Amino acid sequence: MRTDEIVVILLGVSSIVFVWWYFLGKKRKEVRVSESVDIIVDGGYSPEVISIPAGKTTQFNFLRRDPTNCLEELVIPDFRIKRGLPLNEKVTVEITPKKSGEYTYHCGMNMYKGKIIVKG
Amino acid sequence: MEKKKFSFKGMHCATCVQTIEGALEDLDGVQEVRVNFASESGVVVYDPQKITEEKIVETVAGVGYGATVQIGGNSDHEKLEKEKALNSLKTKVTVGLGVGAVLVWGTFPGLMETAPSILKNFYVQLLLATPVQFWVGWEFYRASIPALRNRTANMDVLVAIGTTVAYVYSAVVTLFPSLVERAGVEPEPYFDVAVIILALILLGRFLEARAKAGTSEAIKKLFGLQAKTARVVRGKAEIDIPIEEVRVGDVIRVRPGEKVPVDGVITGGESSIDESMVTGESIPTDKHMGDLVIGATINKTGSFLYKATKVGQDTMLSQIIKLVEEAQATRAPIQRMADLISSYFVPIVLMLGILTFVIWYVLGPAPSALYAILNTVAVLIIACPCAMGLATPTAIMVGTGRGAQMGILIKDAASLETAHKIDTVVFDKTGTLTEGKPVVTEVAVIDGARRVLPRAFSQENPQGDPFLGVPRPASPLGLDKDETELLRLAASLEKGSEHSLAEAIVNCAQENKMGLLQATKFKAHAGRGVEGQIARKKYLLGNALLMAENKVDTKLAVGEMQRLESEGKTVMMLSEGKKLLGLIAVADTIKSTSREGVGKLQKMGIETVMITGDNERTAFAIAKSLGIKRVLSEVLPDQKEAEIRKLQEAGRKVAMVGDGINDAPALAAADVGIAMGSGTDIAIESAGIVLINKDLNSVPRAIELSKKTMRTIKTNLFWAFAYNVLLIPVAMGILYPFFGLLLNPILASFAMASSSISVVANSLLLKRGTIF
Repeated sequence: MRTDEIVVILLGVSSIVFVWWYFLGKKRKEVRVSESVDIIVDGGYSPEVISIPAGKTTQFNFLRRDPTNCLEELVIPDFRIKRGLPLNEKVTVEITPKKSGEYTYHCGMNMYKGKIIVKG
Repeated sequence: MEKKKFSFKGMHCATCVQTIEGALEDLDGVQEVRVNFASESGVVVYDPQKITEEKIVETVAGVGYGATVQIGGNSDHEKLEKEKALNSLKTKVTVGLGVGAVLVWGTFPGLMETAPSILKNFYVQLLLATPVQFWVGWEFYRASIPALRNRTANMDVLVAIGTTVAYVYSAVVTLFPSLVERAGVEPEPYFDVAVIILALILLGRFLEARAKAGTSEAIKKLFGLQAKTARVVRGKAEIDIPIEEVRVGDVIRVRPGEKVPVDGVITGGESSIDESMVTGESIPTDKHMGDLVIGATINKTGSFLYKATKVGQDTMLSQIIKLVEEAQATRAPIQRMADLISSYFVPIVLMLGILTFVIWYVLGPAPSALYAILNTVAVLIIACPCAMGLATPTAIMVGTGRGAQMGILIKDAASLETAHKIDTVVFDKTGTLTEGKPVVTEVAVIDGARRVLPRAFSQENPQGDPFLGVPRPASPLGLDKDETELLRLAASLEKGSEHSLAEAIVNCAQENKMGLLQATKFKAHAGRGVEGQIARKKYLLGNALLMAENKVDTKLAVGEMQRLESEGKTVMMLSEGKKLLGLIAVADTIKSTSREGVGKLQKMGIETVMITGDNERTAFAIAKSLGIKRVLSEVLPDQKEAEIRKLQEAGRKVAMVGDGINDAPALAAADVGIAMGSGTDIAIESAGIVLINKDLNSVPRAIELSKKTMRTIKTNLFWAFAYNVLLIPVAMGILYPFFGLLLNPILASFAMASSSISVVANSLLLKRGTIF
């Protein structure tokens, strides 16, 4: 086996490991909020994991900065919310969860995801 | 806190924004104001306890502008923005395809011989391709950078990497040909590949965006149904005002051919109204004084006045739109698999791309580096997570929209999915199969002469089928003294009850102008009847069960009761203490669409069941006239749910159709709960599907719609999966060792672009085709 081939194999394996770690091994940081939270929508949601108290109304203010149409729609299925996110315009969604648990929110095609953790 | 969108008139510069915002911010109770100059609209967040909508409008008027509340929908600003984005996409596609065509002409074997030599020059190709790569391709870079920063990967990342690899390789070949020559590769750029891929994928995105707009067309149509103005009576004058300014209590004039602006109750005049846009019912409905009219319906013949009872976002149309939008926010269980796969999809494709490069570089034929690059590009480009992401939501969008147009409101995607598996439909009798407005047909006094009250048959029912007939209440002259007394006592007892049978008796008494007596110690026995005291005597009014429980001797009435019940009538007995006084028979009319609806379900191979609190004889008589073979009779309200569960335990997929409060638990317990739109709020709340029209044909229609939608979803998912599962290995070169076949990256981009369009187009097909 030639040296360049060995280099390509080693680089390839390490790139695969890197891709795995970078995209799938990501630990999401949980942000605790009580009344309202501003979420920037740009290549995903930031912050992504939000923990809120049960039984209280929390305002989620989404601001889309990403001009691609992938993120133009916001869906929170468990709360039956589907909203268009106009570019650079704050869209407020109010949620009053009754039960504690984990609920996801995502873009129209469920490619970008975030999580709402409700704590009792 | 309430948040409302307002349209502003008279804004001519950016300072106007500050003026309006300043004026509103000063108001007590206003939390937030955002006014947009371009769209002449704004959002006000306020505390409705402290400040009213009118006060906001007044304040804005006070500083010299007009303000009206906006009703739902996308703002014009958003629409304009979308149009702008689509136009820019169109320009990029045109430029990309134009440059791509020129590049292909200069590089494609067979074609390049006819091209002017300037196009064959690598430097010229580099000059042509560079702006396309970075200007047209900016769409992909722009989306990739923040995604990568967020450690997420999307399709744009794949396209960006794929085309960048092709472009950078071509640039190196052009600028430093000796580098590749040293590796044993002939210096040949692939600018055409990068450019055409970008253009084709953007073209796909453009067409997909256009097609996707069609999936929400039904909702847009519903929005468009709204009237723009209303003719409101103010004093002696009638003035036209914008619909947004109509308030509850306003009296509105509607002339023939006009749209009814908001919901309300007719206060004068009568007409025939086409409600098809809201209920799906094609035959116009006659409306008289006191009848409800629905906003957005069309007044056909007469002119009438009505009082607005619901405006803005409370109208039925707005509620329908809200329900459909909410349904589209829910996810169908079938989607779970696609969701799971799509969350790993892009990183896995990236890894497969790297793997492809390594395999071709190490094991591939010479020039292995070139093969490795081209095949890696093909893998990155062919992968299409979008088709998977679009497969279910687009079909749900079209399906729920189509349903809404037929008067079938599907409240969540899960109900739409489950409905196609339904093999048993349980109908509540009263108010669902029947009109739910029973009338007294007979009064019989024990020891007295039995009298059958006159009854008229409708023209649609010349044979005199008692169940399709319209029973007429007793006339004052038709009753003798004893009978009048029996009815008076019964009506006095039932005055406090809300049961539909009670209403029939009270109505009959009132129509016969009988004065009612004071009843005390009223007590309702669910599913049995009522008891109470009149002039210190205890009376019972109810069914055989109530009489048996109170040891009332009913022997004398048995024959008559059986005869009446065999005709499908509900018979109630009145007793004074333990002494039976007489019988009152009440009958309900069957809805004209019930028989047809039941028949269609049976043709679909679905078992129909009727559930009722009526006794077996009455229940069977009605079921027989409808063609229903299975009857669950004498079911107390709290047992309906248990009966549904029993059917489920026997392996049935059950849909429950009902309308009353007592149906709510059964509606919730059923696999699919179907509530009649005329039913109680709680029934509508508990159901997954709501039929706005009273047409029972909507039940088979809803199931048929579910079947069609599911078929579309399954085809979509099949193609989306099959496409990726089959073509990714082909792009990796799996066919090369056997047939020497490789996937050209340009073909890969063509296939990718068409895959998501085909999914959306397939969903749009749901709009066509007849559903009963």
